[in-house]
Amino acid sequence: MFEIIPERDQFAIAKLTSSFATAIDHHELMKDMLCITVKKESIAEILLFLRDDKELQYNFLTTLCGMHYPEKDQLGVVYHLHSFVNNHRIRLKTATLISDPTIPSATSVWPTANWMERETYDFFGIQFVGHPNLTRILNVDDMVDFPLRKEFPLEDQTRDDKDDSQFGR
Amino acid sequence: MAKEVNSDYWDKDRVKAEEPKEYNTLNVGPTHPATHGVFQNIMLMDGEYIVSTEQTIGYIHRAFEKIAERRPFYQITPLTDRLNYCSAPLNNMGWHMTVEKLLGIETPKRVDYLRIVIMELARIADHIICNSVIGVDSGALTGFTYMFQDREFIYEIYEEICGSRLTTNMGRIGGFERNFSPKAWEKIKYFLEFFPAKLKEFETLLMRNRIFMDRTINVGAFPLDRALAYGFTGPNLRACGLDYDVRVMNPYCSYEEFEFTIPVGQNGDTYDRFMVRQEEMKQSLSIIQQALDKLDALEDKETYYARDPRFVLPPKEKVYNNMEALIWHFKIVMGETDIPAGEVYHCIEGANGELGFYLVSDGGRTASRLHFRRPGFIYYQAYPEMVQGTMLSDAILTMSSMNVIAGELDA
Repeated sequence: MFEIIPERDQFAIAKLTSSFATAIDHHELMKDMLCITVKKESIAEILLFLRDDKELQYNFLTTLCGMHYPEKDQLGVVYHLHSFVNNHRIRLKTATLISDPTIPSATSVWPTANWMERETYDFFGIQFVGHPNLTRILNVDDMVDFPLRKEFPLEDQTRDDKDDSQFGR
Repeated sequence: MAKEVNSDYWDKDRVKAEEPKEYNTLNVGPTHPATHGVFQNIMLMDGEYIVSTEQTIGYIHRAFEKIAERRPFYQITPLTDRLNYCSAPLNNMGWHMTVEKLLGIETPKRVDYLRIVIMELARIADHIICNSVIGVDSGALTGFTYMFQDREFIYEIYEEICGSRLTTNMGRIGGFERNFSPKAWEKIKYFLEFFPAKLKEFETLLMRNRIFMDRTINVGAFPLDRALAYGFTGPNLRACGLDYDVRVMNPYCSYEEFEFTIPVGQNGDTYDRFMVRQEEMKQSLSIIQQALDKLDALEDKETYYARDPRFVLPPKEKVYNNMEALIWHFKIVMGETDIPAGEVYHCIEGANGELGFYLVSDGGRTASRLHFRRPGFIYYQAYPEMVQGTMLSDAILTMSSMNVIAGELDA
């Protein structure tokens, strides 16, 4: 289990708001870690600041993944950062409208973001601005859809347009 | 008529300076035995040396993250088996713990210890494969044949516990499906008795073997700062010299009660990765022994699951004789229990790195989003940088020492 260290959380928020007051939408303490929602325009600067700040040192990008919020017509990206020095984790969230799916890339901050962003592009169609090679990675190259979006439901067990009589069903 | 040439036509220096260099393109994979899975490297070669590498992955992508959005939690366990299939129980336990974290289920101490026994056995099985295959790729097949008997024995232990061997689908949310049988305990204890000697024998085959050392020392070395930037975790990061281990940094499943050391390397080369895994197997053996001692000290010998009626199946006798139990059984099996809304990230120390699960629930019956942090997917992207300028045969050795598993790459 992750230890929740309230002083660390408070410190991270205070430090971030003093530098990026307008870019932070809101923050909340979730079940396992602090979650900060930021505006997409400044996500790359915020990640760089979190990595390089001498007191915060979130030096490790644990993972990065896409989200789809169909009710808000938004696509999102969730970053999990880990400070090995302070053993503290935070979650950063950012979102963009589906009509304009661009988010600044984190590849200049961490090279490991390269494939994670390619995977996110592959499944959600988020365009990472500044990515050196934003192509599909797991799906076939000539695919046109972004399959993890919610408008693609998995097969429904109750559908009646399929003839399964050949299979004894 | 012979072509008239200048006297310096065959001069080596002139040829070197003027002739364009000829590069060859070499396909390693998609199903080459040296790649240990279905993935491809298109290498630009200058003779035996690698100029650049382009990786292609995704040949066995099975859309686990999408499938997980329509399935009840207990049906996601078999999906996790197929991520890193060399240590499936670790993935199973990691997934169960993620769900328990979201639902707030407290597991009894006995369940934690049983899980630790299984997780460390799985770690040993995974390291056995990786290390013996490093031997194979450097030309020493003998160690591989020795060690696969022991891996087979671990699979027999799995079989005693859950009935299957490779893709185990072991355990349930909240614990295990049944108590360990006396036969399983016998086998685990026997494994602890005979395995240290076998491990030692394997080690003497390779550790101070001049040929093996020449093939592995300073091969595929990666500096620590690059390893961190590339998101290395697990033995690969520890071989670079950083003692990051999730079991110690963020203890889960009562790991904080156990005494063990984190082995680290110095150069981050193939030899260090081999040695770190070798030492981790010994630490795992000691952890299993400690877990057995703790289990002996517990008075309770029967508890093997947490009593949470929402997600843990009631015992079968009760299902047949008690209406409430039957109702709960039905609701769980049909996936009709709502999950509280929320999101958690949980990670465990997998056999090849930090295995993470980011689970988001919107209050429905299935997860609204599940993301797997697959360590192999994340550190394999450093491979071109690691092998650039090295020889092809060293690149093969580097790849097998990174423990890249195709199932985990592609999800």
